[in-house]
Amino acid sequence: MDIPDKDLLAPGHRGCAGCGASIAVKLALNALGKNTVAISATGCLEVMTTPYPETSWEVPFIHVAFENSGAVASGVESALRIQGKDDVNVVAFGGDGGTVDIGLQSLSGAMERGHNMLYICYDNEAYMNTGIQRSGATPYGASTTTSPKGTASFGEDKPKKNMPMIMAAHGIPYVATASIAYPEDYVKKVKKAAETKGPAYIHLQQPCTTGWGFPSEKTIEMGRLAVETGSWILYEIDHGNFEITFRPEERRPVKDYLSTQKRFKHLDEEHIEKIQKYVDAECKELGL
Amino acid sequence: MVKEVMTSNKAVAEAVRLAKPQVIPVYPITPQTTISEYLAQYVADEKIDAKYVKVESEHSAISAAVGASGAGVRVFTATSSQGLMLMHEILYAAAGMRVPIVLADANRAISAPLNIWNDQQDSIAQRDAGWLQIYVENAQEALDTTLMAYKVSENPDILLPSMVCLDGFILTHTVEPVEIPDQESVDKFLPPYVPEHAFLDPNEPMSIGNFADPNYYTEARHDMDVAMTKSMEVIQKTCDEFAEIFGRKYGLVEPYKTEDADIIFVAMGSLCSTLRVMVDQLREKGEKVGLLKIRAYRPFPTEAINEAVKNCEKIAVIDKNFSFGIGGALYADMKVKIDKEIYGFIAGLGGRDITPEAILEAYEKTKAPENDVTWIGLKEE
Repeated sequence: MDIPDKDLLAPGHRGCAGCGASIAVKLALNALGKNTVAISATGCLEVMTTPYPETSWEVPFIHVAFENSGAVASGVESALRIQGKDDVNVVAFGGDGGTVDIGLQSLSGAMERGHNMLYICYDNEAYMNTGIQRSGATPYGASTTTSPKGTASFGEDKPKKNMPMIMAAHGIPYVATASIAYPEDYVKKVKKAAETKGPAYIHLQQPCTTGWGFPSEKTIEMGRLAVETGSWILYEIDHGNFEITFRPEERRPVKDYLSTQKRFKHLDEEHIEKIQKYVDAECKELGL
Repeated sequence: MVKEVMTSNKAVAEAVRLAKPQVIPVYPITPQTTISEYLAQYVADEKIDAKYVKVESEHSAISAAVGASGAGVRVFTATSSQGLMLMHEILYAAAGMRVPIVLADANRAISAPLNIWNDQQDSIAQRDAGWLQIYVENAQEALDTTLMAYKVSENPDILLPSMVCLDGFILTHTVEPVEIPDQESVDKFLPPYVPEHAFLDPNEPMSIGNFADPNYYTEARHDMDVAMTKSMEVIQKTCDEFAEIFGRKYGLVEPYKTEDADIIFVAMGSLCSTLRVMVDQLREKGEKVGLLKIRAYRPFPTEAINEAVKNCEKIAVIDKNFSFGIGGALYADMKVKIDKEIYGFIAGLGGRDITPEAILEAYEKTKAPENDVTWIGLKEE
């Protein structure tokens, strides 16, 4: 893939070493180009990239609050279009908390109204900015600070909310899942989303070194393990046509993925077995 | 210029049509609803060239308004009561981001108990959000104030959003004759909005809504205070300019027979019409009484109030809102800033009529005070 000389998310931001969120944004902006306006929900991304008077954003950027990036993007998009700026890309970024939990209503409204925009959920599977609290996107079995393992707890006791399918149920023209560990697949989807007329949604898995508990040089490796084990499935729904966009040659056992992360370290065989069954069922359902 | 009979909600919608906002994110709520309906129809009929954003909540209405204003266009939204409460968080963000949104609030009581009728607790609860708040007395003032609000908010020295507060039902659903200015005069008074400070333009990228640590936050908030203080001068100047073109005079406050008054009523909004009648009736009986109508509640026009009340002995403030343990908000502010003998009265909550008897009760209790703060018109057990 083409790697530009200059990124549109400048280095020197305050992300952790090995931060996947900055990779997520860098790849998306490079795919979208300069003629883009970015919106961000409150979260890691906003805090690490815009400490006044600095900014890492080389494209116009607006942040308002945690739960409203869908609505803010709606306003931005409306203002640009009424001014005749039809060619400007509008992209909103929200973490999993800002997307699947507190921002769900605002995003649902934006998608339903048909704004010509792309929303990218960078999903690191918990509230990482505030110190690893569980979200609706936290997977079954993960120990977080608000779903901790304990004598009467094995961590998060509910499976992850199926956000991409909730978005697909809005009948929007383009929905995709992606992973920062598969940049070509992700970039292709961002470009496709940008070319799509109307709302597009990409749910991007983004491993988090701090929140998941793995060495900071293994961010990409972790993303690959998620996909190779079928714990995260890469697909797109383009105008209603569902397609798996990446098929691992041989699906590895989920244990390979779970055992490398601190958040799953406590799980016993019984729980690992349960997660394997859950993943198997999901893969079967989606045809992987 | 044409004269028509209409509600204050229609008058606001007419002002919006004349002000030509380009994005209108709005969500219906009683008693604001007809504003959102008129504007939807104006857009449908191409009377306004705007994008009407059919948001799914008031929270998204104000959020989209901030986004659109940040992208450099004139924006209007409207709400009431619970809707304004739902906007609360983003009202602060809008002011802090210095986006000159104009919002009409149809003043309505706050639940619980659920109540759709008028008082002013909703906008008072947003007092410290950093918005200018202007309370209007009638439909004409609602129209005129909405136009003036844009001019003040968009002034480069101000860049704070404005809330035009109109009493629910009493104004929003009551028809009155209103002069509708012609477009040409309005265009002269209110030219198109050209943002100078923040716009989301790919040719000139900038970040807005940044995160600010303790090194910068205080100054950002102080800048807002400076702008709010400065807005008094800008409001007055704007009112003068408006009077020159349209012939109707407004100010930060509106004194009525205050010069020789011993007791002055102080109030905001439609109640002032009743109070003016009561002042005349009491004067006929030889009572030296006056009225000071507060139009600008934020900025708080201390100097203008002091000038109006300088000769009086006592002040009776009637509030349609309440702060527990303190009294009405306007009363509390007057006690802080105005060095006079001041009594507070709570009335008109949840749409209870403020009758002439209630006003007389307040007047008598100011002459012969028993308490600092009195709830008037309370039903006996």
